[in-house]
Amino acid sequence: MIVVRNLHKKFGNLEVLKGINCHVKEKEVVCIIGPSGSGKSTFLRCLNRLEEPTSGEIIIDNIPVTGDKANVNLIRQEVGMVFQRFNLFPHLTALENIMLAPMKVRKKSRKEAKEIAEELLAKIGLTDKKDAYPEQLSGGQQQRVAIARALAMKPKVMLFDEPTSSLDPEVVGEVLNVMKTLAKEGMTMIVVTHEMGFAREVGDRVIFMDDGCFLEEGTPDEIFNNPKYERTRAFLSKIL
Amino acid sequence: MRWDFIIEIFPKLLRASVLTLELTIAGISIGIVIGLIASLMRISGIKLFSVIAKIYVDFFRGTPLLVQIAIIHYALPVIFDYVPVAIVSGVIALGINSGAYVAEIFRAGIQSIDKGQMEAARSLGMTWGQAMRYIILPQAFKVSIPPLGNEFIALLKDSSLVSIIAVEELMTTGRLIMGKTPLVAEIWFSVAMLYLVMTSTIAVLVNYVERRLQIGDSSQKSA
Ligand SMILES: Nc1ncnc2c1ncn2[C@@H]1O[C@H](COP(=O)(O)OP(=O)(O)OP(=O)(O)O)[C@@H](O)[C@H]1O
Ligand SMILES: [Mg+2]
Repeated sequence: MIVVRNLHKKFGNLEVLKGINCHVKEKEVVCIIGPSGSGKSTFLRCLNRLEEPTSGEIIIDNIPVTGDKANVNLIRQEVGMVFQRFNLFPHLTALENIMLAPMKVRKKSRKEAKEIAEELLAKIGLTDKKDAYPEQLSGGQQQRVAIARALAMKPKVMLFDEPTSSLDPEVVGEVLNVMKTLAKEGMTMIVVTHEMGFAREVGDRVIFMDDGCFLEEGTPDEIFNNPKYERTRAFLSKIL
Repeated sequence: MRWDFIIEIFPKLLRASVLTLELTIAGISIGIVIGLIASLMRISGIKLFSVIAKIYVDFFRGTPLLVQIAIIHYALPVIFDYVPVAIVSGVIALGINSGAYVAEIFRAGIQSIDKGQMEAARSLGMTWGQAMRYIILPQAFKVSIPPLGNEFIALLKDSSLVSIIAVEELMTTGRLIMGKTPLVAEIWFSVAMLYLVMTSTIAVLVNYVERRLQIGDSSQKSA
């Protein structure tokens, strides 16, 4: 589903991604962990070209993401992204947040878009909040709406960049539950997260990223219980 | 104070005030269109566009409006050989001049919007133009309303400068009446009061619009 070959990213002289190779199969859930500044966000943002890769190749669902011929807007329709800080559109209601892209990008009618949005709101348990503006929602509710907004485009892949790390502890669960449901329904997902419980329960694979490289990868059990590298062990001992 | 004289000239001054208001509204409308285009060119990331927009903004903010009016009404007709119409020159001068200020207002407004908004919009597959139109500009426009109100008021006052090309707005009308009577104080206090009434009314209106737009959602930030 996702193929990444020798991906490099530099910001000026700072090399943030140092030759990443990665395959993600359809329906696979991959969790990425690693210290701050190791390049996790940059890696995700390269996958939908929010960052321009310096070199390397990315192919998602047989569509080339890199290269001059790549149709960036087409790729982004297939790749949903959820941000740490939600980034809901504050001037639109929850329902409108979800409806906008299907209408403007997928050219759905207002009626179709509304049906999609209402179905998703029911799925995330926020039907009663459909007319609320983002500022009237709690952090957990906002993040669930943000997930629904990405899903409304019917993406083939979902990217999550620390979706729960700006949330109060008591609402983290409600967001993780939505993500778990999604994983069980067979969505292909790459999740940057430090929620070990989530990684263990639904992660097929955990990647430890350090200093711009994928240092170690394996099943959640292998990484959390039997890390091969000292760096991985040191990192895990800090966050567990 | 000769109140009877004030009452006598009042209808004339009132009619002139209407023209002042019309000039200003026409000017700010042109200014908003030009300003929007210039601000988008400025932030487009396309070098040529942003340089053109910057030169435009710098020129019209860096030279006196009075000189700009003279250029448009006297200099350009000589160069391009046409007969200028004072009121048209006046509106164009006010429009182009306020466009430069409005461009900076919109640019500041657009840049005040969290960049996560653009990223979220783009990540959903929207083009830059769609993201601007549906996400960034509606929010930026809201932030821009108070400074736009100030610009409207400033332009209304500056519209008095078109009196040098003899557009018969409030200022010119005051001067014309002055030529026929020794009652100078009555004229200019009346003119000042009329300007004040117009600017205060605009201030109240802008305030009202601003408060209306805050109902339902007042935040500019996304988290
Ligand atoms: N636009 C940018 N310009 C310059 N440097 C950047 C930019 N974005 C990220 N960086 C740098 O790239 C490095 C990796 O950043 P990145 O955000 O990918 O790390 P991360 O693993 O997501 O960290 P965190 O856990 O804190 O989110 C950091 O050193 C950061 O300062
Ligand atoms: Mg990050």
